[in-house]
Amino acid sequence: MGLLSSRNSITRYKVSGQLDEPVHETVYQGLKKHTIPKIEDDGLESIVGWTSIETPYAPNFEGYSFVFGSYMLFALRIDKKSIPPKLIQKYYTLNVAKYLADTGRQYLSGNEKKAIKEDVINALSRRIPAVPNVYDLIWDYHSASLWFFTNLKAMNEALETLFVKSFNLQLIRLFPYTAAVLTSELSDSEHDLLRNLGKNRSEE
Amino acid sequence: MLDIAIAYNRYKFLGNEFLTWLWFIIETGTENLRREDADFVSMAVGNRMVLENTRNNTKETVTIKGDNAGLEEGRLAVKKGALVAELHLSYKTGAQHFEFSLKGESLNISSLKLPETGPIETAEDLEGVVLEKIYLIEKVVVLVNGLFSRFVHLRLSDTWDSQTKAHIHKWAGAI
Repeated sequence: MGLLSSRNSITRYKVSGQLDEPVHETVYQGLKKHTIPKIEDDGLESIVGWTSIETPYAPNFEGYSFVFGSYMLFALRIDKKSIPPKLIQKYYTLNVAKYLADTGRQYLSGNEKKAIKEDVINALSRRIPAVPNVYDLIWDYHSASLWFFTNLKAMNEALETLFVKSFNLQLIRLFPYTAAVLTSELSDSEHDLLRNLGKNRSEE
Repeated sequence: MLDIAIAYNRYKFLGNEFLTWLWFIIETGTENLRREDADFVSMAVGNRMVLENTRNNTKETVTIKGDNAGLEEGRLAVKKGALVAELHLSYKTGAQHFEFSLKGESLNISSLKLPETGPIETAEDLEGVVLEKIYLIEKVVVLVNGLFSRFVHLRLSDTWDSQTKAHIHKWAGAI
């Protein structure tokens, strides 16, 4: 899902706010602080962090390598463990059978079933590696615009959250209303008309 | 500014109206598009269009797919009050050819196919290719921003109700 792919999907943002000078150093510190961890934490279902475009599986931002001309390029990486439901079902069934045999009982309570299922999920989660997904972004600091190379809602939300944490700047997604207000240079009377247009429409 | 979540839902229709207007412009006079791009050659509806009619508290969807698909059903749907919700476009400027889709409710760009860029054979090639790709994407983004901005000003003017709506309905009805 990157800039160098043959086809791209792009969600456009306006970046609200300013960074401390020097900008590249501030961004570098934010990226470094929230770089995706190299060692997977077995207890977590997913981990999110920044990575570099050139080496997404070995993040490296040294020497401001994320700067390309007047743009900054880096990527959001989400490593997620996805356990196939059929695998859970298989081990759950085996563990239930073993538990019943060990205890000599014929039935399990709801809580016992739940506990066995959780144990199975935890055990499988430790054994299954997380699948990495990398989504590039391009940030033009001077025009306060950012392109994120996916339209997936969950990834957009992950980006917005991590961006605030890392740089203390708000990302405003550009959709019809925000694009009209932030990029169409409306006059005061047009702002009023736009507001009324939405009100009238929602009352219909 | 309105709360973002409220604004997203409340103004979805504006993006769909924009795409409907854009289709109308494409079919009736692309000289309007030339104003956004001095090197403009052509713009055409590509291989996919989705229309939605949400009147009477129900949602009807019409999807037209395929290369060289006839768009008569789409115009008929517009005549009945539907709006374009997704539009795949083919855009030529100078010697470059782009393809991309726009979604009305989000204005998201998807399936963006750029003109061919140089190969990356060495690490030094990367920066050049990246900057070339950015330059190409920017062309599409600037075009979409410019067209949307023009549409919004028109939509908020008296001309929309007094002329443009009638022109669109007349065009949709002239099948």
